[in-house]
Amino acid sequence: MAELRIAIIGGGPAGLAAAATAVDQGARVTLIDESSRLGGQIWRPHLEKAPAAARPWLRRLRRPNVEVRSATQVINADVEAGTLATRGGSLHFDRLILATGARELLLPFPGWTLPGVTGAGGLQALVHGGFDVSGRRTVVAGSGPLLLQVAHSLKRHGARVVRVAEQAPWPRLLRFGRHLGGRRLRQALGLATRRFRTSSWPLAAHGRDRVEAVTLRRSGRSETLRCDALAVGFGLVPNLELPRLLGCREHAGGVWVDEHQRTSVAQVYAAGELTGICGAEGALVEGASAAHHATRTAIPPELLAARERERRFGQALARSFQLRDELRQLANAHTLVCRCEDVPKAALDPQPDWRSAKLHTRCGMGACQGRICGAAAEVLFGWQTSGSRPPLAPVPISRLIASSQEPCSFSTTVKGVNP
Amino acid sequence: MSLRIQLWIDDRAVSVPAGSNVAAAMLSLGGAHRSVHGEPRAPVCGMGVCWECRVWLDGIETRGCLLSAADGMRVRTDG
Repeated sequence: MAELRIAIIGGGPAGLAAAATAVDQGARVTLIDESSRLGGQIWRPHLEKAPAAARPWLRRLRRPNVEVRSATQVINADVEAGTLATRGGSLHFDRLILATGARELLLPFPGWTLPGVTGAGGLQALVHGGFDVSGRRTVVAGSGPLLLQVAHSLKRHGARVVRVAEQAPWPRLLRFGRHLGGRRLRQALGLATRRFRTSSWPLAAHGRDRVEAVTLRRSGRSETLRCDALAVGFGLVPNLELPRLLGCREHAGGVWVDEHQRTSVAQVYAAGELTGICGAEGALVEGASAAHHATRTAIPPELLAARERERRFGQALARSFQLRDELRQLANAHTLVCRCEDVPKAALDPQPDWRSAKLHTRCGMGACQGRICGAAAEVLFGWQTSGSRPPLAPVPISRLIASSQEPCSFSTTVKGVNP
Repeated sequence: MSLRIQLWIDDRAVSVPAGSNVAAAMLSLGGAHRSVHGEPRAPVCGMGVCWECRVWLDGIETRGCLLSAADGMRVRTDG
């Protein structure tokens, strides 16, 4: 029998665990990742050096049956034909495992487009990419366990972290702490800082050509702090472009999967943050589970049990860091919601839905294709953002022409590029 | 002390540690490019989502956060 070809998209914990497990079961694995180095966001290399947690997984991929395609962007997929198109060419698969992870939720507030205002994990990623944060007065704000982790990491790189502002109230965090228990609670306490404030969130960033200060809400008052860097992230949202292109069913918080990590589309699996935010440990479990089932081996009972545990952790996470209503009111009429096309909130207010907003204001029609403003619009206006269409990233027209000669063709879809 | 490299973003020289990406270099410059209405902007998400680090290298559009910086590299933010 021919070797089973498994394509895995995304080289974070879920994708790495899926690849390592699938190759152990004798499959031929192609692991595709956008970055030039594997690890995903959580295990992002620092100046190209992989963190310790990622190394055992990376070692397990040094096998003849594993092909790693780094710096590779998937632009289209055809499940029935079993083909994937990338900017560099196409490939065939028997089973597809989606492990595209999550991005930060960024919400608009006055001044959020100033240079020096970044995501929270965003600033950490940029520091790992070589940005020198040493000596910079830094404010970290938003929501989620990532904030403390980011603040800790920035301090280690020499930043002067003057405030960490978490929008969730203290009693919720206490309950979350009790849920964490044991090892995870000790980890969290190890990150504690006296700069940490709860029930606090950014009202506005100030500055002319770059951020110079931020005003934060706190206990019914506001405080304005001078800063050179403002790192704000309101939690994580799954990267749904590829599963939406394939027509995978969704449920609240991500791609719907069964207990074997199968999506609603035959031969397509999803693992990790894509199926609902629950962290790296859950992602490892789901990636390994997906690979077991895709290679027709039973998922070990301990993985199934761990999956249930991590899902409960994810539910506690969502409950504890639920966003407060005030955050929907931060943007004023002039605040840009779509950064690519400079669309202010006032232009969106009269629109009934996302599709209408795109057609009438160009919101979500720019370079990022709504990846930032779409998630923000869901929170601000309660809109459902629409499905995605190929190509999933800008691609030279010569590549489109070349791909029409290949099995995974654009010929039927390229004219339908958004909305 | 790690080795440093120098690259040019729209003819502005910037020095970063070897192994850096282009988005990190852009953020070091403060506002590295302009929005469609001329506002100063700099990289935001650091992970390939926001496209605020969009650059052209040898005429090819790419994201600076996914592009390793090289000594002597020249990129443009205006196509």
